[in-house]
Amino acid sequence: MTLASSRRKYEPRKAPGGKVATSAMIASLEAEGYDTVAAPFGEALVEAARKDKRIVGLTADLSKYTDLHVFAKAMPERFYQMGMAEALLMSAAAGMAREGFIPFATTYAVFASRRAYDFIAMAIAEENLPVKVVCALPGLTTGYGPSHQATEDLAIFRGLPGMVVIDPCDACDIAGMVPAMIAHDGPVYARLLRGKVPSVLTRHKPDYRFQLGKAQMIREGRDVLVISTGLMTMRALDAAEALASDNVDVAVLHVPTIKPLDVATILAEASRGGRLVVTAENHSVNGGLGEAVAKALLLAGVTPRFRMIALPDEFLEAGALPTLHDMYGLSVAKVKDQIKGWL
Amino acid sequence: MHEETQEGHRPNMSLEMRAWNIRRKALLMGEVQGQGYIGQALGVADVLATAWFHALDYRPEDPEWEGRDRFYLSIGHYAIALYAALMEAGILPEEELGTYGMDDSRMPMSGMASYTPGMEITGGSLGQGLGIAVGASLGLKRKGNPAFVYNLMSDGELGEGSTWEAVMSAVQWKLDNLICVVDFNNQQADGPTRDALAEGTQAPKWEAFGWHAQEVDGNDLKDLVAAFDAARELTEPKPRVIICNTRMCKGVDFLETREITHFVRVEPDEWAKALDTLEEGKPQ
Repeated sequence: MTLASSRRKYEPRKAPGGKVATSAMIASLEAEGYDTVAAPFGEALVEAARKDKRIVGLTADLSKYTDLHVFAKAMPERFYQMGMAEALLMSAAAGMAREGFIPFATTYAVFASRRAYDFIAMAIAEENLPVKVVCALPGLTTGYGPSHQATEDLAIFRGLPGMVVIDPCDACDIAGMVPAMIAHDGPVYARLLRGKVPSVLTRHKPDYRFQLGKAQMIREGRDVLVISTGLMTMRALDAAEALASDNVDVAVLHVPTIKPLDVATILAEASRGGRLVVTAENHSVNGGLGEAVAKALLLAGVTPRFRMIALPDEFLEAGALPTLHDMYGLSVAKVKDQIKGWL
Repeated sequence: MHEETQEGHRPNMSLEMRAWNIRRKALLMGEVQGQGYIGQALGVADVLATAWFHALDYRPEDPEWEGRDRFYLSIGHYAIALYAALMEAGILPEEELGTYGMDDSRMPMSGMASYTPGMEITGGSLGQGLGIAVGASLGLKRKGNPAFVYNLMSDGELGEGSTWEAVMSAVQWKLDNLICVVDFNNQQADGPTRDALAEGTQAPKWEAFGWHAQEVDGNDLKDLVAAFDAARELTEPKPRVIICNTRMCKGVDFLETREITHFVRVEPDEWAKALDTLEEGKPQ
């Protein structure tokens, strides 16, 4: 028996346009033309923990890669290194929450969603415990291949009753989501961008502040409404600027909270002005923002022309991140091309 | 015979009597539904009697008292046995016994924290209790709370990788406030646990990981009392495990001698017979 040929990738492959550097593990999103903020999650957590003694930080050997090392350094007595054991990480976080603490448990999105799911579901979510699961490498933010690419995490956690699900766009969202997660008395799953994280939203909308459960218009536009989440809001905003020079007027509605979804704002915007509606997410076409929006629209009888920008239902390739974002349609150029093609 | 001398919820009643009462209440609940994990309940009754009427500190009128010892039932399907113990302890009203497993009951067939006073965690997805207990033990230490965390698990859970993650972690954090109790009845869903992943003697495995380990006859109250005492009084900064070798269906001889399986089938007319058999062995 041989493997299906579609699974074989042994032929020598030509690098497109020469060598492309990749920061596959670190997945920094700098060099996108925005100012950056270093470790916004770690800094926000330290600030919050100074005011709230219930906060503790736990990780499964990934403090450096989830920016929790900032917290560990500032508050070593409140940091718990649980070792490379994600089931234990989530169970122990649940146990600490039972005793009155607010644990922030960090790992990669693949390990939380795939390996530790039952522990998050039963030890944390079923009992509505205030554990905050914060995960780096969401969607396609590493070139390591499927072992590290969490392309279905939003679908998985959307399916979990009581779970709040956040996909932040930038450093401002991350700084804002930390206190909001603490204020919410229940479990939260948050995707994380770490390292040098761009400041995007306040450049486009100076008074922007993260609000849990709220979608916010970042940019108005007459022709197209992009409903986006996570780093795809950054891509949508950049694509909108590029499309403006082609006389295409694109609005961008940023939806950092995937669950609960701000259905009222989405319906109000999608009902307005006969615009093409495009969802954009750094996640599989299955079970993420696009399907959530489609359900909301259909249930309300709101039926604009509707398209989705999302990752394909495939195990993605390894390679340099810019190459992969181009290949799978997440780059600014590809977002722009896709929208133009649908007009 | 071990005589309890403490006041309040521990009046002068022998542990033998407590264990017998737990068995009887479990059988009465089983009779209500015509089913239940009665083999496990009868087998673990002596362990529960020792835990709840010798070792644990708690206030029946205030099941969430901050100073209580935490008792985690990792094995959700043993709920019938813990409900019996909670009734015996005065935490659950005995009048609710007849609602076991019924719609709107506070006593579902698999134990869940949100349903039942005294049921600390939602068990049932096996391999989770010990990890939660590690977190609670860490939390208690953070608070300077001297309470113990007890985690009651089954031998089948020794097959779950997550159990061993927790075993290693408890040693790493020197959790001397954690007492794990393993009900070793050598029976999991598809057959003997020793034929699956729990091969060999157990205590040396736990010792090799750095635990203080005791292996006792889980149906011998004197041994159990000594083991629980040793576990609590140990001064070494390490977690403690008591591996209790129990006999399924203990106390009801015609069930005890039946071919034992994970889910012991009791015919409709046999519940009364089982209660009669138990009655014959009532402690004096």
